[in-house]
Amino acid sequence: MSSENGKRLLETDAGGLNFEATELTLGLPGEPRVTSDGGAKLGSKRGFSETVDLKLGDNNQEVKLGHSLQEAAKSPVSKTQVVGWPPVRGFARRGKKSCKYVKVAVDGAPYLRKVDLEIYNSYQQLLTSLEDMFSCFTIRNYLNEKKIDQVNGIEYMPTYEDKDGDWMLVGDVPWQMFVESCKRLRLMKSSEAVGLGLKTAPKYSSTN
Amino acid sequence: MSEDDERQQSPPSDLEFVSNKARNCNATGSGSGHPEFQSTYPDQVLENVLENVLHFLTSRRDRNAASLVCKSWYRVEALTRSELFIGNCYAVSPGRATARFTRVKALHLKGKPRFADFNLMPPDWGAHFNPWALAMAKAYPWLEKVHLKRMSVTDDDLATLAELFLGFKELVLVCCDGFGTSGLAIFVSKCRQLKVLDLIESEVSDDETDWISCFPEGESNLESLIFDCVECHINFEALDRLVARSPSLKKLKLNRYVSIGQLYRLMVRAPQLTHLGTGSFSPSDIAGQGDQEPDYVAAFAACRSLVCLSGFREIIPDYLPAIYPVCANLTSLNFSYANITADQLKPIISKCHKLQTFWVLDSICDEGLQAVAATCKDLRELRVFPVDPREDNDGPVSEVGLQAISEGCRKLQSILYFCQRMTNAAVIAMSKNCPDLVVFRLCIMGRHRPDPVTGEPMDDGFGAIVMNCKKLTRLAVSGLLTDKAFDYIGRHGKLVRTLSVAFAGDSDMALKYVLEGCPQLQKLEIRDSPFGDAALRSGLHHYYNMRFLWMSSCRLTRHGCQEIARAMPRLVVEVIRSADEEEMDDVVGTLYMYRSLEGPRTDAPKFVTIL
Repeated sequence: MSSENGKRLLETDAGGLNFEATELTLGLPGEPRVTSDGGAKLGSKRGFSETVDLKLGDNNQEVKLGHSLQEAAKSPVSKTQVVGWPPVRGFARRGKKSCKYVKVAVDGAPYLRKVDLEIYNSYQQLLTSLEDMFSCFTIRNYLNEKKIDQVNGIEYMPTYEDKDGDWMLVGDVPWQMFVESCKRLRLMKSSEAVGLGLKTAPKYSSTN
Repeated sequence: MSEDDERQQSPPSDLEFVSNKARNCNATGSGSGHPEFQSTYPDQVLENVLENVLHFLTSRRDRNAASLVCKSWYRVEALTRSELFIGNCYAVSPGRATARFTRVKALHLKGKPRFADFNLMPPDWGAHFNPWALAMAKAYPWLEKVHLKRMSVTDDDLATLAELFLGFKELVLVCCDGFGTSGLAIFVSKCRQLKVLDLIESEVSDDETDWISCFPEGESNLESLIFDCVECHINFEALDRLVARSPSLKKLKLNRYVSIGQLYRLMVRAPQLTHLGTGSFSPSDIAGQGDQEPDYVAAFAACRSLVCLSGFREIIPDYLPAIYPVCANLTSLNFSYANITADQLKPIISKCHKLQTFWVLDSICDEGLQAVAATCKDLRELRVFPVDPREDNDGPVSEVGLQAISEGCRKLQSILYFCQRMTNAAVIAMSKNCPDLVVFRLCIMGRHRPDPVTGEPMDDGFGAIVMNCKKLTRLAVSGLLTDKAFDYIGRHGKLVRTLSVAFAGDSDMALKYVLEGCPQLQKLEIRDSPFGDAALRSGLHHYYNMRFLWMSSCRLTRHGCQEIARAMPRLVVEVIRSADEEEMDDVVGTLYMYRSLEGPRTDAPKFVTIL
């Protein structure tokens, strides 16, 4: 790996305290914090359409969560995030001061889960994680007699309840705003997600 | 049918496929005739004596050796083994295990390979506890203890344990998943003799069931209750009452939903605790500003037996001085959830003269590690975890911290060290200063990163470790490594049993060196390294002696793995596909292979192909 001396100069201030290293930025973990032009921080706020390449809420969307992630992966990303590296256990997040835990309900799953929104930097990370978490529930439902077509998968629309009690589609607002306003998540079966994307109160009941 | 035939059908459960060493010590004829006579004959007396003697043998390795002496010893050993350890749940079936060992009281079972912890394996790969639970229920109704690691346990399984085993006393679940608070509720409510419930780094789903309230009323036998990994609110009043009626409670580890004020109340109830996990170690949001703070120092001072302290999940460092009274007695301190600085650590660590185990975050920096080195002369195990696990150029700990530890903590036996930079010099220094090292795991988080001072690969550092640390059994390598590092490991790592490799090596030779050179190798996990089929072939002589081999994102092909599968019928060769791979791709994403007496498992999911 080439040495990155230029970066080192820019990252430390006089006191040796590395404030910039701990500053939150938008962007995937593992991305370099400073670009070669030395000025603009990578991951400073971009237009929302650039950060998310998810086709949520489209009428003709016949896509599982995983596929939406593939879409995002194809868009230019400055550094590939390596799965499972460094080898620190995922949910043993250590030393994090803030935790933003929200409950996640999936239609048809008997149990709620919780995720900490603070550990993700983007919608695609959140959705991958949810997909991992709930694939087993899909299978469990299969064993519990509910007819779920494993080949085609079931289509879920990720929705969330915001501070005002409104149900919104995940992906409508910039990531950070979402993290601040999200109170709980619900993965709704697409068949039930009619008329979403509007800020009015939904006709369906809240999570079970 | 001769007894020798029977012997070959059920080899030892440690699965050492060594040549049959059984000597026939039944030359005087016991067992070959007279099935209808129950009278005592000389060999029966011998067996009775043997039985009494073998009861004292506890080490499973000793027992495995004893079982190989002859048929008689095999039989008696099987009768007297009360603790059954199975390192890979797929190596042997529940039926086979229960047929051989008929008087088991404790079961220790391990499932998924370790790399599954890092999202390298899709969920639902397997390792289900369920078939074991059912088999145990029939074979060992007197079972008292179950210890599971990386297994999938369902709520139904927990119910089975509580309902079908009347004397069940101890449940320890490490890195398990698949169950929730409703399962816990059923388990604790029905398990009347429960002494130990330890949930360690497990994922417990929140079914919003108040499981703490489900412990039966009346005096409880609880000695250990560990639930710090449970990410759900708990009913504190119920917990308080439970602790109050558990006079034998010695170990209590709370989750982060227990505030420091609540901790205080529990400590006052249970000053006899030896192991304490403090929960959040911060006040709850509801606590009023003007409220009188309890005397935390007094509460800690009253715990005269406290030797192990952990928790600090959402620490407010202002409260740290409360633990001063117990520092002098502590042998184990876990700060790995506490984002504290060197200055916050120093007043604590300077009092911890007896500390043997220390887990901490790298937020303490090299300076904090120097403070540890200055005081903790008896330190045996150190783990330094990253606050920010990303690949970066600068990190708070480096070779400076490692060097300091090596100079101050000469009795070190086990180290896990995450850092952004490391020099060969510091690693070499540790290899010389700490000759007792048994476990050396260094994770330089930047992949392929060389020694920043010399620009050299890290070969010499790890080479020195295997050369100088003669007791080394576990090694994890990182940084820029050429084949030379593996040559060193093959030449000198004669006792190495577990080896973890990531982003290392230049060619097949590296893997060859290890497979040909390390006779004790049992667990080998490799990711993202340029090792191919030829390297895999070089281990054919050894795979039956190993528990498993894991290779992901290497250069293996399907036909290469197929060759291995054909050559070794007692090996299960699993090819695990990730989401975007096609079934018939020749390139293998993940290979996971392990010896087994049972052949291909029947519960493999669709993304697993068994060759």
